[in-house]
Amino acid sequence: MFNKEYRVALLTIAHKEIRRFLRIWVQTLLPSVITTSLYFLIFGTLIGSRIGKMNGYDYMEFIVPGLILMTVISNAYANVVSSFYGTKFQHNIEEMLVAPIPPWVILTGYISGGVFRGLIVGLLVTVVSMFFSDLQVANPLMMLLVFLLTGILFSTAGFINAVYAQSFDDISIVPTFVLTPLIYLGGVFYSIDMLPSFWQKLSMLNPVFYIINVFRYSILGESDISVVSGFAVILVFIVGLVLFSLRLLSKGVGIKN
Amino acid sequence: MNALEIKQLTKCYGGGLRALKGVDLQVKQGDFFALLGANGAGKSTTIGIIASLVNKTSGSVRVFGHDLDAEPEAVKRCIGLVPQEFNFNQFENVFDIVVSQAGYYGIPRKQALQRAEICLKQLELWDKRGVASRTLSGGMKRRLMIARALVHEPKLLILDEPTAGVDIEIRRSMWAFFKEINAAGTTIILTTHYLEEAESLCKHIAIIDKGEVIESTDMKTLLEQADEESLVLSLDRPVASMPEIAGCRMSRVDDSTWLVSVQKQTGLNVLFAGLDGAGITVTGMRNQSNRLEQLFLNLLDGKRS
Repeated sequence: MFNKEYRVALLTIAHKEIRRFLRIWVQTLLPSVITTSLYFLIFGTLIGSRIGKMNGYDYMEFIVPGLILMTVISNAYANVVSSFYGTKFQHNIEEMLVAPIPPWVILTGYISGGVFRGLIVGLLVTVVSMFFSDLQVANPLMMLLVFLLTGILFSTAGFINAVYAQSFDDISIVPTFVLTPLIYLGGVFYSIDMLPSFWQKLSMLNPVFYIINVFRYSILGESDISVVSGFAVILVFIVGLVLFSLRLLSKGVGIKN
Repeated sequence: MNALEIKQLTKCYGGGLRALKGVDLQVKQGDFFALLGANGAGKSTTIGIIASLVNKTSGSVRVFGHDLDAEPEAVKRCIGLVPQEFNFNQFENVFDIVVSQAGYYGIPRKQALQRAEICLKQLELWDKRGVASRTLSGGMKRRLMIARALVHEPKLLILDEPTAGVDIEIRRSMWAFFKEINAAGTTIILTTHYLEEAESLCKHIAIIDKGEVIESTDMKTLLEQADEESLVLSLDRPVASMPEIAGCRMSRVDDSTWLVSVQKQTGLNVLFAGLDGAGITVTGMRNQSNRLEQLFLNLLDGKRS
């Protein structure tokens, strides 16, 4: 299934994707670092000191994991949606369609780019957060695992968005009207315990809620939910979206006539 | 073995458009094959299906014995495609485009770099290897797509209007290159609107109209169907009227230029003997239009009427 030719093709796509976002690092890596620094400064340092404790932690400590993960989510998503749509728009997707590359290699190549960008930006923001808080990572391996799974999940979501997108507007609609509300309502800035019962139950449908809580656990050792159920939900979403993406690629939806 | 064998190929697009209505085609290994047709006739759809860019509705496609449905990757390895539209990343440089394409075909990087160098040198693009592809001229962009299509050494090269918008000098050098790689064993399928190109390059020809193949034969047989030759004659002085010559029709372009249609069985000697007898001296002569062009139009007219 994974022969030498597939490995070369996969490395070619992944290398190309990584090279693309590194070449334009001012557009791809820097903005998240600056935006998150402002969040740390305004919400953490200035407003946070007046809010007091959240789940027993300083407000700054509480929001740091969510803010780090927010950058991973948005960067992984943005990398794949813009790159794959650009490839469709310029028709150079045809370079891959005419070549003997199975759909899973194409998908994995694009996801690799998204995961790598998410990982780099996530680590940069983690370093920046150390200037604003006394960040102690409880479980570094789990933290990296969540980076990885989050990158895979949202890179795949970005891929699906790009497959269906017909215009550049379509690749900004989902991040603006779906992804951003999911992130903000996923518990980046508050604990779910603060919500009324109905909104607590509604939050349980939001995949970002599980990811942020698992990530918060990896850093603080504290979470609103069970970590095992959190990982289970993330894996279910990943499997579902990956299978759906492979189906779209196999049928040529949005890329073949 | 046939390089390409298509049977009863159909394609219905969403909205009900039947682009292909049962196309049958055979291209022999080593052939230089012209696939001609008017705009919208179904050429690009046929090529798109062969190259896995378009999903077929029904029918079968075999490339060097490999069935497209059963062995799609084997089929893809055999084919190099030069599409009609520029479809490379405009922001990437020339060398990276060709090297990446080799990578998609599973060619290890070291070998990919060597092959890309060979292809770019063959297509006279080596000096441009470091520039962004969007900065190339139209002719260079066409050659870049040819280099990219050849990097994995395909057995079947499909050229979809490869010289569109290219000046005559570059076109001639591209023709020479196509002849060279065909002589070296690569089977070539060419679509073009320059029928002179098809006539000078191709051994076999198929004409497709409204999704159906209306003619598929060898070039020599087809050209023999032409029953008259139209010539434009330049005369040494103005002539008000031309002599009546059996088997020839004359029409005036201007006083010193006349269009003459000569039936094949009449022969040009009769024409020149008649003109000589009338004291008319011909100083120049050219074909009014390409013979294939006339046949192509006749076939389309015949089919449609």
